Amino acid sequence: MTERIPGPEKAPDGAAGGLDAGPALEIDPILDDRGTRIIVCCGSGGVGKTTTAAALGVRAAERGRRVVVLTIDPARRLAQSMGIDALDNTPRRVDGVKGPDGGELHAMMLDMKRTFDEIVEAHAEPARARAILENPFYQSLSAGFAGTQEYMAMEKLGQLRARDEWDLIVVDTPPSRSALDFLDAPKRLGSFLDGKFIKLLMAPAKVGGRAGMKFLNVGMSMMTGTLGKLLGGQFLGDVQTFVAAMDTMFGGFRTRADATYRLLQAPGTAFLVVAAPERDALREAAYFVERLAAEGMPLAGLVLNRVHGSGAEGLSAERARAAAENLDEGRMVDQGAGKTGRSDVPAASSGPSRPATAADSPSARPASADTAASPAAPTAEATDERTTSDSDSENDHTSSATGASGVPRTSGTSGASGALDTSGTSGASPAPGADVTEADVARLTAGLLRLHAERMRVLAREQRTRDRFTALHPEVPVTEVAALPGDVHDLAGLRAVGERLSSPRDRS
Amino acid sequence: MSRLQVVSGKGGTGKTTVAAALALALATEGKRTLLVEVEGRQGIAQLFETEALPYEERKIAVAPGGGEVYALAIDAERALLDYLQMFYKLGGAGRALKKLGAIDFATTIAPGVRDVLLTGKACEAVRRRERDGRPVYDHVVMDAPPTGRITRFLNVNDEVAGLARIGPIHNQAQAVMGVLKSPETAVHLVTLLEEMPVQETADGVAELRAAGLPVGRVVVNMVRPQVLDEAAVRAASGDHREAIARALVSAGVPGGGALVEPLLDEAAEHARRVELERAQRAVLDGVGLPVYELPYLGEGADIAGLYRLARELRRQGVGAA
Repeated sequence: MTERIPGPEKAPDGAAGGLDAGPALEIDPILDDRGTRIIVCCGSGGVGKTTTAAALGVRAAERGRRVVVLTIDPARRLAQSMGIDALDNTPRRVDGVKGPDGGELHAMMLDMKRTFDEIVEAHAEPARARAILENPFYQSLSAGFAGTQEYMAMEKLGQLRARDEWDLIVVDTPPSRSALDFLDAPKRLGSFLDGKFIKLLMAPAKVGGRAGMKFLNVGMSMMTGTLGKLLGGQFLGDVQTFVAAMDTMFGGFRTRADATYRLLQAPGTAFLVVAAPERDALREAAYFVERLAAEGMPLAGLVLNRVHGSGAEGLSAERARAAAENLDEGRMVDQGAGKTGRSDVPAASSGPSRPATAADSPSARPASADTAASPAAPTAEATDERTTSDSDSENDHTSSATGASGVPRTSGTSGASGALDTSGTSGASPAPGADVTEADVARLTAGLLRLHAERMRVLAREQRTRDRFTALHPEVPVTEVAALPGDVHDLAGLRAVGERLSSPRDRS
Repeated sequence: MSRLQVVSGKGGTGKTTVAAALALALATEGKRTLLVEVEGRQGIAQLFETEALPYEERKIAVAPGGGEVYALAIDAERALLDYLQMFYKLGGAGRALKKLGAIDFATTIAPGVRDVLLTGKACEAVRRRERDGRPVYDHVVMDAPPTGRITRFLNVNDEVAGLARIGPIHNQAQAVMGVLKSPETAVHLVTLLEEMPVQETADGVAELRAAGLPVGRVVVNMVRPQVLDEAAVRAASGDHREAIARALVSAGVPGGGALVEPLLDEAAEHARRVELERAQRAVLDGVGLPVYELPYLGEGADIAGLYRLARELRRQGVGAA
């Protein structure tokens, strides 16, 4: 087990923004370089590794490479979009992707059990292979052992490389519990399978079963005795049979694991660390960068996914919020003066004075049909300053619990996202397309401004986390990929991601 | 509330944070909880900003009202050595086994054995009693493996049954399953309002139910405030650009006119996200489980954030009889 102590986190927060952005990671030159034979996408779970790998594959193919993408556990619809939802463990051509110079995309999804079976079938004669495949210990090992997936991914990579049918292999890595398990797994499994212990276990089988037992040393009999007691004798029997049957293959495991490991260190390999601009993901990314360096693996750079931008960066969060408040006040004055003559403005709830928590708003109300019928009704409560102020922990307004949010609800009643409080306005609202009053426009504009203020806060936060990473690893080239509003599940979406990967948003 | 609370979820959904907040919430008002992690990631130590946790139960936080949260990083190797010591009085022989790679073998390669040891340790903490018969821990909260592996992880009986049909590991598996399949246990799945985690949650719930394991709640994490709804955006993108520009100017925003388009773009993006979230909520509705919702913490979960989430959980009913 690898015990991992988090790296130093003493990034100078105060320097945020004042740092150099660090070198830019240029993706296209990597894809276009015929010397690049393997790209490995690694990163912690949920940062968009698989999508990044698939998008790189599409882009490389359309720029003239013969590419195969090895995915580990793609989302169903992403797999469908590439035609690899059928699990047959062999690469399939992806229709609809074509490039100059015979550029093509092939894709496959790893089936770890099948990969393991194929190794057995390829390296043992039929009778012995059958004995192994039917062994209960083998069956559990090939289907479930934490580490088999990592090992088989590396094994498959070695196989794909050996076939030499593709000039670029893009690999997605397994969602490991500790991020770089896939580097350790081959060594670990390899050292088990041809390690001391297995050799000892094999000893009785080798020297002729029962007759050989008396030659065993004391350590061995004590050990099999203990493990036998612990696991049940039959279990150990299964293992011994398995080990005896696998005997001829052990050397091969080690050799291939070593070969794949060396392949990863070779200059034709480029590692991309994928992360999202969040504290935990970037901490993990920093650890990856350090670990890859320690292993002598060639790091190309960091892909920072889901970065937010704004076309109105000149307008700060503070200014936008102040302007929104101006509009609120103006509206109330207007109302007081009877200019609009409308009574539908929920001044009480849209005033900035009402405390509310971020948690109140999204959970609060079932969206009702009349939401759609009313025009603009920005909820001031959701954007109250305290809502999103960072790590503000003082929001304990049980009294403002709206609707059912204070009570554990069943999802059956949670309805939709419904935070928008239109109940105050819906009655008197004009139908869409009807004339909109000054007050409506003011309310809408205030909403837009608050939304922008929130966006600017997100931007600032992302910049801070990124700067922290850059301070730790100024040498690592970075590309930022603008956030997409939804999930990607078609080739057009993958192309869009590829485009964003290669032309990082300008963040000056 | 069940004595053993198992928290799983897809990678990146914040299950460690939710598990920690749940342990804090359950400890409120003088209770004592144990927060355990089983994957050797030291996620709890990072979260509470302490040194790496040793293989020993240690107090890491105080809850409002005098409650205590203890934490333990369960290590399969150590658990096995303890276990051998307890049953076989191995002493130095344990070290010899370790040197030969036998312990490594049993805890890493031998399928299911590792999981039995990890869940077994958690179940032992659930059942442990003080001299006066009161439980040592009111609740045990486990930061468990992710959704994709949780059923297999908890269903150790099936895993081990085929391999170790007799012997202490077999008996241990039986005892563990007795706790895990009882109402004393609840398995919660953490998700975000995004397509993949929601789909995985739905699949995970189906798997847990099929295995006869007690499913608790869905925890929707990192819920963001909704500022504008779709109707507002539709209205905005209509013919009101000029009116909005005027409003911006009147509110004192310099260069108001040029900002209308980018602001409307942001609103359109926001509306799309809201729409996608709505669709994901509908999928979660179909799962038919009670839900907790936790707000998005901007800077990531620090200690203040954890206490805030714990209060939020209390507010939604955690710890109530």
